[in-house]
This record gives sequence, structure tokens and C-alpha cells, in this order.
Amino acid sequence: MIWAPVILSLQVSALATICALPIAIWVAFILARKRFWGHGLLNGLVHLPLVLPPVVTGYLLLVVFGRQGAVGSLLYDLLGITLAFRWTGAALAAGIMGFPLMVRAIRLGFEAVDTGLEDAARTLGATNTGVFMRVTLPLIAPAIIAGAVLGFAKALGEFGATITFVAAIPGQTETIPSAIYAALQVPGQEGAVVWLVAVSIVLAMGALIASEWLARRMVTR
Amino acid sequence: MISVNVQKQLGDFRLDVEFDAPRGVTAIFGRSGSGKTTLINAIAGLVTPDSGRISLSDRVLFDSSRSLPPRSRKLGLVFQDARLFPHLTVARNLTFGGRHDHDRIVDLLGLGPLLARKLADLSGGEKQRVALGRALMSNPDMLLLDEPLAALDAPRKAEILPYLEQLRDDFGMPVIYVSHAMSEVARLANYLVVLDAGKVVRAGPLAQVLSHPASVPLLGVRDAGAVITATVAGYDADDYLTRLTFDGGQISLPGHVGRVGQWVRVRIPAQDVILASQIPAQISARNILPVTITAIEDGRGPGVAIGLMAGQTPLLARITKASMRDMKLAVGAEIFAIIKATAVAPEDVGR
Repeated sequence: MIWAPVILSLQVSALATICALPIAIWVAFILARKRFWGHGLLNGLVHLPLVLPPVVTGYLLLVVFGRQGAVGSLLYDLLGITLAFRWTGAALAAGIMGFPLMVRAIRLGFEAVDTGLEDAARTLGATNTGVFMRVTLPLIAPAIIAGAVLGFAKALGEFGATITFVAAIPGQTETIPSAIYAALQVPGQEGAVVWLVAVSIVLAMGALIASEWLARRMVTR
Repeated sequence: MISVNVQKQLGDFRLDVEFDAPRGVTAIFGRSGSGKTTLINAIAGLVTPDSGRISLSDRVLFDSSRSLPPRSRKLGLVFQDARLFPHLTVARNLTFGGRHDHDRIVDLLGLGPLLARKLADLSGGEKQRVALGRALMSNPDMLLLDEPLAALDAPRKAEILPYLEQLRDDFGMPVIYVSHAMSEVARLANYLVVLDAGKVVRAGPLAQVLSHPASVPLLGVRDAGAVITATVAGYDADDYLTRLTFDGGQISLPGHVGRVGQWVRVRIPAQDVILASQIPAQISARNILPVTITAIEDGRGPGVAIGLMAGQTPLLARITKASMRDMKLAVGAEIFAIIKATAVAPEDVGR
């Protein structure tokens, strides 16, 4: 049994989802509700990781967030944080790759909200923040769950950008997909491949079932 | 009480409304598309007017220099579609905006049995009662009701109207009531603003506006008709008739209308009033009132609206031009108004 890539993948995907989700909610809200100059540009930027070859995204991450990169050098000098070739970097890559999927799901939620309910809350004395926290957010909870599950699943399976940005250092940055790929390169590792594939399927199904259950609980309340 | 002056351009439609309403229930009556909902949203702060001024008592809600956000206006808005929050329970919906007078409002609106129910299991009328309670618990200075009964069927309407009457009488809550149903307006309001194509075509005390012959074309032939206030004098159990007296005489209405001594409002549709120059010898109609003609308003069609005075109470009749010519009716003439007891619908009688 090889556990290291499984634990690492879960760690990477959880961190990626938790960090990307609030930003995805915010961006989805802006894209769904606000009309401003540069709306199309922001929309395109958000969707870029979805259409770009993952290797290109990984390379761009390396350029921007590497030790010599514009943001990467700043992070290192000011906070002592290194992302390239670290598991946190894998989380960054996974988060960015899953981001468009999260935003799309959550944006649909925002667009489906009956703004009449928000108006009603406003006349009942709620501030803008109050309306958002007490009405809008609970109403789109199913969409947020759907977005989180999609993002998590994408993060679990992310390969191209991850291996380009953080390589596949066993025990440090070797996630499940990297481990499967590495095992396939070496004869006699079929057992490891089967094990990791089985774990992948179980994790994916588990996430799906958990989200269905959560969404159903929301609806029947 | 409330002073409204609002201009708003919406595509081809222009809302340009000005009126001052006293305390009590003010009805805004108009056909769909006349701008009623835009007007109520402007008062509530959900629509920002291009120009104008809105003030409640001495509080300015909107003028050229400021526009209070909806949350600071202290107005309780009830929508046609209730708009309860689907993610909250009945109890939590009620207290969303506060718990002012919680127990009294729950009592008044009969909400007790609903508190434990699921939102999805409420009927349309029950939802509207919860919405009304929710608005009241936010402790508003005035209630704005935007066609609160329009989405309900007749029995549900009949179930809610008494609650609204109680709200008016027992709570003394000032209300703006938007509606296109004359029977609701006549039962609840004491001041009437008639809206047409974004403009106020008539405004004044309800009884005055409704009994004015010139109102007939504005309200529509079916909706025109005076409202009289009468006292219940007695009930004839054998004939199933309630006798009412007012300063213009006595009328009988079918069924049990109220307790003896109670005040009731009765709307008498103009098209159900028959005029006669003498008391007919034998006639099935129960109610024959001596009246004086005060005004004659010629319409464009076959009909003519006749303003009448029975004692101190104005009445309104709509007859054909041909009948008026044959009877040689003129202002000042003393004639008789005949009202068929069964012509007054039960929903046209309120307190």
C-alpha cells in the first residue's frame, strides 16, 4: 500500500479548495451582478486555465511564482514563502486549475437567485452585507457545494500544471496522478497503479455522494 | 401623513405622480400597467426616482439631495407574491426584520398554528399572512401593500380581508394599499388615488371620489359605485335579510351582515341602481330611496352617470342616455333610487 501520494493529494486538494472558494464566490458575484468596464476581460482571465494547455499554465506559474518570478521573489523576500517545488505550490496549481469550474457553478447560482427576495430583505432593514450573508449566500449554498466539489475533484486529478510547476518529488510534491504516471514508467509496478487508480475512483465517488447528500439536506430543510 | 411627488422615466413609460394622503388607509387604484408597482417601489426605496420628493410625517425619505436606503425608511412592504425566504422556517421568516410586538401580531394574524409548519406546506393565504406579520414585526411607520390579495382565489381573499380590517381598526396602522380590485379598495380605504398611464387622474376621500359622476369613465363602468356607511338595525331571520339604516333611509341586504349597532360599509355599484320618477306600485326590489339629482355626467357611449344625494350621503347611478331623455331628468329633480338587495355582493360589505 502506498499512502504518501494519497495523503498528499488530499492535503493539496483540501488547501486548494478552501483557499480558492471564497475568491471564487467573490468573483462569481462580481461577474453575475456587476456591469463594469473590463467585465469581459475578467471573465476571459478566469476561464483561461480551462482552455490553456495545463503545461502552459504550469510554466506561467513558474515564471510568476518561481523564486525568481515577480510575485515569487516578493513572497520569499517578505514572508519567506517558497511555492515552486513545494506541496503548497501544488495546491496553488490545483486551485488555479479548478478555479474556473468553481466560478462557473457559483455564478449560475447567483444568477438564479430571485432578486425579489433580496429586495424584501432590504425593506426589512437588512444592510447590503446582511442581505448577502442572510439571504443570498444561504440561497446559493447548493451552487457553492457543487462548485467546491468540482474544484476538489479537479484538484485531485490535476497533473500537467502541477508537474510543470512543482515537479513530482516523492513524499513532497508527488500527487496521485504523478505517482500513477511514475509507476507506469517502471516495469513491475502494476500493483501500485491499480491501488492508486482504485483510490482515485473511491475519492471521486465519495466527493460526489457527499455533495449530493449535502445539497439534498439544504433543499428539504 | 405621506406626501409623494415622483417622476420616473422607464423606457416609453413615464411615471409622474403627486399626491398627499392623510392618516389611515390610502388606496392606489389603477389598471395593470398604470404604474402602481413602480410607485410603491419608489416609496419603498427599491426604485430611485429621477426627481421629486417623498416624505412620511416630517421624515424626508427622498428628495433631490438624498435618498434613504430601503432599510432606513421604516416601511413594511408586502408583495403580491409574499416573498418568504425559502431557506428559513416560518418562525424565522417572521422575525427576519425584528420581533416588535411579536406575540400580539402572532395573535392578531392567527399565526400561532403556522409557526411549526414547513414553508412549502403553507397555502397562498397563509403565506401572505406570514408576510404581513413579517413586515409588521420590523416595526414600520407605515405598511405598503402591493396587491397582497391579487394572487389569491376568492375564498382566500375573504379569509384575509378581515385581518386587514382589524389591522386598520385595532392597530391604527397607516397603510398604502395598491390594488386593481374595487371591492377590496372600497372595503379598506378611506382615501383613494386613481392612477392611469403613470398619472394621478383623481385623488380624494374615498366616498367622494367613488360617488363623483366624473369618476365613472376613470374607474370603469363595472367598478364605479358609491360607498355608504350604515348601521345595522336588525336581522329578519325569516327573510334572511339584514336591515341597515343610514341618513338617506333604510336598505336591506341579503344574509347576516353584522351585529346590531355595528357600522358597515356597503359598496353600491352604479350599474345596479335603477331610477324612477315615482315610487313604483309593485316591484320586487326591496330598497327604494328618495334622492335628489346633484350632477349628470354624459359619457361618450350609451351611458350617463347620475350623481344623487340621499340625505347627506352621495350615491351614483349609471343609466342609458335614452332613459334619461325619456324621464326628462335634470339636476335638482327629486326622484327615487331603487337598489336590488341581491345586487350587493357579499365581498362589497365590510366594516
